[in-house]
Amino acid sequence: MGLLKNLRSSISRAASTLFSEEESKRIGIYGPPNAGKTTLANRIVRDWTEHGDAVGPESHIPHETRRARRKENVEIERDGKTVSIDVVDTPGVTTKVDYTEFLEHDMEEDDAVRRSREATEGVAEAMHWLREDVDGVIYVLDASTDPFTQVNTMLIGIIESQDLPVLILANKIDLDESSVQRIRNAFPQHETIPLSALEGDNMDEVYDKIAEYFG
Amino acid sequence: MAEVKQPDGVQIDLISGERMDGLASMEKIRMILDGVRDGNIVILEEGLSPEEESRLIEVTMTEISPDEFNGIEIETYPSSESGSSGLFDRLMGNDSNKKLTVIGPANRIETLHKDETLIQTLVSRT
Repeated sequence: MGLLKNLRSSISRAASTLFSEEESKRIGIYGPPNAGKTTLANRIVRDWTEHGDAVGPESHIPHETRRARRKENVEIERDGKTVSIDVVDTPGVTTKVDYTEFLEHDMEEDDAVRRSREATEGVAEAMHWLREDVDGVIYVLDASTDPFTQVNTMLIGIIESQDLPVLILANKIDLDESSVQRIRNAFPQHETIPLSALEGDNMDEVYDKIAEYFG
Repeated sequence: MAEVKQPDGVQIDLISGERMDGLASMEKIRMILDGVRDGNIVILEEGLSPEEESRLIEVTMTEISPDEFNGIEIETYPSSESGSSGLFDRLMGNDSNKKLTVIGPANRIETLHKDETLIQTLVSRT
């Protein structure tokens, strides 16, 4: 009888550990180059961690992020609850990389070639993470550019095919030429949240939705 | 010796869904990239699955080489049904992902306009 009681209490302890201390979900920040993914990752981490180190450097030059970077256990508090996520900032996805485009940003040829090599490795790495290692996706788009691109169509399709929860963010609403409606029209099957990661506009709604989608 | 004149034009490979059905994922990707790297425009009647598209991007990235191959341009229509197609439908083979797909070398094909129902591209000879 005592044995049965012990067994029952062990099972109960194991179950409570299993369900009460959920592991952080890995949330990949995806999107095309220059959408503001790293700016968003840095803002999330600075808003919700004590020391608030940057996830990575921000730049207007495409492919500044050439390695996926993870910041673990970022705890976002919403309505008295805490949602714990690992923020994974990924390189911008593209189907082409031409090193000569970096020369336009006052880069020496050797640096441009090296940057393009690293960029291609980074995109391949981002695709691998998407297939194998993320539990949800924040898809960041620059609201001042046309969202009807093949990379966006394909990536949203890949995310949907894996049944990953996806939150679409229309970034850069601080720019005059931005249009959130254009993004809503492009992906009507998903909710689109406007924000400016740079200025910190509408971040409260972004955190509400992160908690709702990934909590 | 007489110089062999190269044909002045762009080769277009139209590949049927039936032909693609018999190939493994990596065979499809290899066939596409071999064609594109030869300078051809490859048109797939039924496109690729999202998983295959993901691997196509990954393999393309590994093959990009400065001054030799800049990558690919690929165009399909946005899939308006993708949001409504559930896991059950996909498991049962009710796949709504079949869509005409155009793939070409990034330095020779340029998208002029794209929306839900129209894709306009410009293909250059060199």
